[in-house]
Amino acid sequence: MAYSHKTELSKPERFVGGHRLCAGCGAGIVCRAMTRALDEGDKAVITNATGCLEVSSFLYPYTSWEDSYIHSAFENAGATCGGVEAAYKVLKKRGQIDDSYKFLAIGGDGGTYDIGFQSLSGAMERGHDMVYFCYDNEAYMNTGIQRSSSTPQFANATTSPIGTASTGKPQRKKDMTAIMAAHGIPYVAQTTFLGNFKDLHEKAHRAIYTPGPAFVNVMAPCPRGWQYPAELLPELCRLAVETCVFPLFEVIEGQWHLSYEPKKKLPVEDYMRLQGRFKHCFEPGNEWTLEAAQKDVDARWEQLLARCI
Amino acid sequence: MSIRERLSGNEAVAHAMRQINPGVFAAFPITPSTEIPQYFAQYVADGAVDTEYVTVESEHSSMSTCIGAQAAGVRAVTATSSAGMAFMYEMLYVAASSRLPITLACVNRALTGPININNDHSDSMGARDSGWLQLYAENGQEAYDNFLQAMRIAETADVRLPIMICQDGFITSHAVENILLEEDAAVKAFVGDYTPRHTLLQGSAMAVGPYDTVAFCMEHKVQQAEAMKNAKRAILNVSADFEKTFGRKYGFFEAYRMEDAEVALVLIGSTAGTAKACVEGLREKGVKAGLIKLRVFRPFPAKELAAALSHVKAVAVMDKSEGNNGCGGPLYAETAAACYDLAHRPKMIDVVYGVAGRDCEVGDIERVYRHLLRIAETGEVGEKYIHMGVRTSEQEVL
Repeated sequence: MAYSHKTELSKPERFVGGHRLCAGCGAGIVCRAMTRALDEGDKAVITNATGCLEVSSFLYPYTSWEDSYIHSAFENAGATCGGVEAAYKVLKKRGQIDDSYKFLAIGGDGGTYDIGFQSLSGAMERGHDMVYFCYDNEAYMNTGIQRSSSTPQFANATTSPIGTASTGKPQRKKDMTAIMAAHGIPYVAQTTFLGNFKDLHEKAHRAIYTPGPAFVNVMAPCPRGWQYPAELLPELCRLAVETCVFPLFEVIEGQWHLSYEPKKKLPVEDYMRLQGRFKHCFEPGNEWTLEAAQKDVDARWEQLLARCI
Repeated sequence: MSIRERLSGNEAVAHAMRQINPGVFAAFPITPSTEIPQYFAQYVADGAVDTEYVTVESEHSSMSTCIGAQAAGVRAVTATSSAGMAFMYEMLYVAASSRLPITLACVNRALTGPININNDHSDSMGARDSGWLQLYAENGQEAYDNFLQAMRIAETADVRLPIMICQDGFITSHAVENILLEEDAAVKAFVGDYTPRHTLLQGSAMAVGPYDTVAFCMEHKVQQAEAMKNAKRAILNVSADFEKTFGRKYGFFEAYRMEDAEVALVLIGSTAGTAKACVEGLREKGVKAGLIKLRVFRPFPAKELAAALSHVKAVAVMDKSEGNNGCGGPLYAETAAACYDLAHRPKMIDVVYGVAGRDCEVGDIERVYRHLLRIAETGEVGEKYIHMGVRTSEQEVL
């Protein structure tokens, strides 16, 4: 059935208001979208890594989650979710549960690219029937915008600050989605918030309903960390895709598929200009940072095109 | 009918796990507990259990897997030692505060570093404030029996805390002994089914692991502290039922020749066997020596232990782990605190021994008793914090 934004939005919300995420935060949008991708009637257990989302959505005694939810620590959403899924399997095997459950884990880039990487890798390798969603806002936002391995080069973060001897983070962004694809799991995708959310919805649905482990990386901007006016969130996501900074693609059973190819690839500085974290890149003498950023995006884009069939 | 079988302590614990058939086993190898997941893997391979056997990539993930599984409504078990337990520390606290009665087979080994694979209690002693119940065993039989009692204690409604069943690495985990095993049906009947009131997977949705603000968090920690107190009654109840069912008696500790003892040791684990042999030898020579072998370290049976020591003249607490506090090991600190309110406190010293597998023989134990006799006679305690069995004899006080 063709995607209908109106139909999807008329479903009962499974991540409800009252949470304390900032206005213009991408994390809550991921939560609404991923739970919307669950078929009605299917139950779910959400596992959440420590981070902004956890401390903003489940403050005792309130929760924004309509589904069962478990948070245990920062670095172990993969293993915790795997434990829940293993329990479900044994209860099914023993005929002690009738309902159909789906298992969704969600963490920020700190909990996914960095501290939770081992636990995630293990859970994916073991083949738990679960989906791991990363809301990638490219830094440790909960603790105050420290750089992670997902933070792009030249971004101004509190542990990679700009200064007379620094133009921000020296290292390039880790290609987490490709690393997850290298696990040989049945489904991996990269997406963000665009237009009517068709891309995110379809990828989330495919991830949830593909048997076995799946990974979905969602670019989820952070207004405080990226320093943009909250209302620019959709424009930033659009530019991330149109500049090929954050391309849309899927890896289905090892086959790479490009979801969208910009008609005219925009220069990366169009994307960077809207964000305070890159402000210094536009100062006289720092032109080279824009050139280097463009070169990096171009190289990654070419590599992606070569991988896609 | 019990069955007498030759087994190592590790195999006995694995055997208990097979009989219980837990929902999830999170497996990661570390010496000397590795055999437990190995034996269990074979049970899985042979279809002797229908447990979900999750071969995690680290101990941090094994405890995380147990937390997820137990919250989802099944019994979750794991086994570990030493650095493996250290790697779990963060999650040990989470398991306890989430009130998940997970069962962990701890095969005690020196905590790195330096790296050393032999037995002492530094791993589980390091976790003593994590909120887990801790039961220790003298031999394979006790490790097996403790494991059979573990879940009923941990799952008791007003307890709901995770439990560690500890035994001494290699000394009991690898030593093959004659062990009385109970029949599968009898074990299943004794342990019973796990019927948690709330789970992630049954009934209405449940949320676990909140951000607990200053307005509520202390209340939750107090509830947890109360649960630890309640565990004393649960342990005695389950132990009494175990004795009724299988005939072997357990309590908080075993008081061995303590009725008229004038000098006594307090210790944990396999050294009790050595110490009992020593007590017998001394008794033949007219020395009123006694021994307390602590089975339950968490909750700490302070009142009962103090009562058992109240008539003794001199006590040596034997710590098989270093306290690194400059004045003694953890068992000494707690035993001394327990005795503080006694009207007539025994003289008390701490003997740190057996660290990182250093051997402890009957003769070593006898030196401790002889030292206590001198203290009892002279009233002079002297050095209170002693390391026994070190290579340079000048360091020996005993």
